Amino acid sequence: MDIRKGIGVSPGVAIAQAFVLDAEELHIPQRRVRPEAIAEELQRLADALARSQEELISLRDRTAQRLGTELAAIFDFHLALLNDNTLQERFRDSINKEFVTAESAVAGVLRSYAKEFLQMPQEWADRVKDVYDIEKRLLRQLIGQSRENLTKLRGDVVLLARDLTPSQTANLNREHIRGLATDAGGRTSHTAIVAKALGIPAVVGLNDVTTSANAGDIVIIDGNRGVVIIDPDQPTLEQHRQYERRLVEFEQSLDLVRDLPAVTLDGHEVTLLGNIEFPEEALTVLGKGGTGIGLYRTEFLYLGQETEPTEEEHYKAYCQVLEVMGDRPVTIRTLDLGADKYTQKRSAIPERNPFLGCRSIRFCFQNMGLFKTQLRAILRASMNGNISVMFPLITSIMELRQAKMILRDVMEDLEDEGIHVRSDVPIGMMVEVPSAALQCNDFAEEVDFFSIGTNDLIQYTLAVDRANERVAPLFTGANPAVLGLIKQVIRAGQRHDVDVSLCGEMGGEIEYTLLLLGMGLRTFSVAPPSIPELKKLIRSVTIEHARQVARRVSTFVTDTEILSYLRDQVRQVMPEAF
Amino acid sequence: MAETAKVLVINKHGLHARPVTQFVQLANQFQSKIEVSNGELSVDGKSVMSMLRLAASRGTMLDLKADGVDATEALKKLSGLVESKFGEE
Repeated sequence: MDIRKGIGVSPGVAIAQAFVLDAEELHIPQRRVRPEAIAEELQRLADALARSQEELISLRDRTAQRLGTELAAIFDFHLALLNDNTLQERFRDSINKEFVTAESAVAGVLRSYAKEFLQMPQEWADRVKDVYDIEKRLLRQLIGQSRENLTKLRGDVVLLARDLTPSQTANLNREHIRGLATDAGGRTSHTAIVAKALGIPAVVGLNDVTTSANAGDIVIIDGNRGVVIIDPDQPTLEQHRQYERRLVEFEQSLDLVRDLPAVTLDGHEVTLLGNIEFPEEALTVLGKGGTGIGLYRTEFLYLGQETEPTEEEHYKAYCQVLEVMGDRPVTIRTLDLGADKYTQKRSAIPERNPFLGCRSIRFCFQNMGLFKTQLRAILRASMNGNISVMFPLITSIMELRQAKMILRDVMEDLEDEGIHVRSDVPIGMMVEVPSAALQCNDFAEEVDFFSIGTNDLIQYTLAVDRANERVAPLFTGANPAVLGLIKQVIRAGQRHDVDVSLCGEMGGEIEYTLLLLGMGLRTFSVAPPSIPELKKLIRSVTIEHARQVARRVSTFVTDTEILSYLRDQVRQVMPEAF
Repeated sequence: MAETAKVLVINKHGLHARPVTQFVQLANQFQSKIEVSNGELSVDGKSVMSMLRLAASRGTMLDLKADGVDATEALKKLSGLVESKFGEE
């Protein structure tokens, strides 16, 4: 049993076999096999051993010829390792007794040897390299070209990875992934966002979880406590199963409020929308009691594939969501890529400071064809439902005007082609750059709605990269400067009759709910799994109380005071939340 | 009918990869079961992996045990190999 402490970024407990994804995306396939498949696995092992031996013999002979027998001797050692009866017996034993695949037997046995060697004096610890070499040789034979990939998972697993790239998550088979754990990442890394969206527990910042766990090990991911337990003993396993059951019970208690309206005790209505990344998630939003989509991220269309998505692909993805949502509102955010592989691959020179570089709307302006393709699809889809368009990362008025002008151009093009679109599609912008928040009164004159993107707003206000674990603790929405900006935007919206929603992660963190209500926010757009909890809380408070909380918070000057006060307030209303 | 012998590791780097390979190759030529011990730890003398786990450096006293029809011959040859420093300098 091996207990690792990391940062819990998505709550819940998952217990399942590990699926280890290393940097090359090579992994040891599903571990368990049915008893009747054991003979086949033993045969695969025997074949792999035989073929690896042949490889080694020819490698040894060629090396001896070219470089002399001295250098060839290492392959004699490798051959002796492969022919080791004790080792082969352990492989077979593992297949026979644990009902596992040949590759997982090979990886499991060799890695346990490797661990042992690493604890020995240097001279022997170095032999680990030979053990790894043998492992790779055998696995290459076993896995060959038939590498399984993430889209073809069959059983339930927890996914362990160095870091989860957007393109990997776009390809995830979401049905079978019960939890996530990564070596890298901070509280608001991509992994965290994905895990919350999927409603599965996740722990990040574990440093070396991918090398300490073998594919197929039973792993517990405890997202509430930020702990990962590899190969737990029986009491620990039982304890976590119980814990898991209790959490499920709490979840079920939340289901009771699902179909009730989000109204405060003193009768103020609040709108709860869902943030989605994939079209299929629209159903989850409704299932969790959301009344619309406040943020439809469209990046997945670009990340899952090598080529640019066509207008039809865009159109289909949007219509799929509209079909589910009927006449409920759906806000589509235009492409918000940047500071990632997709844009970096396409720029001639890698950017030195990509978060301040050509990302998001800026990238779109420089890739006009790509931008217009998306806008055409959105406008065409507007005939099928209640769509709004939202531009991300707007920094200046000129940028907003340019984006709106392009949208109008596209609209005219479509009209010229005889394609009817709605001419009154609401146009909004993300407020996620401090300059936009500071100038929100001017912006309010030119848009139909604001959506506050707290993730970037915090990052740019506090100058903290949220994915950098060395500074991640500095990233907090409770900072008074951040709260001041948010308040300003909500006020501007009220004054100019512009709808304001908040679609950053702060909206789903219930310690902030009372405060945001008190500041005047009435629309939250959050990851679908957060909706019930949020609704339960909203139904347990009064706006009067929320206003008091907001007034009190404005007297504090540090984020720690604010956060502990807010937690305290929520605990009083909903003790089971923390 | 098990027989035992003691042998001192005297080659420079001890039982590392190449000496272990030689030892195991030789051990496998006998029918007898071969067991090698370094203090508490006893391992199969016909397994490279197991022999490496002994981590026997120069100056280690190994206990050899052979059990089988050719036990005497096996012990003689294997001790000889260790004492000859595995043909190293």
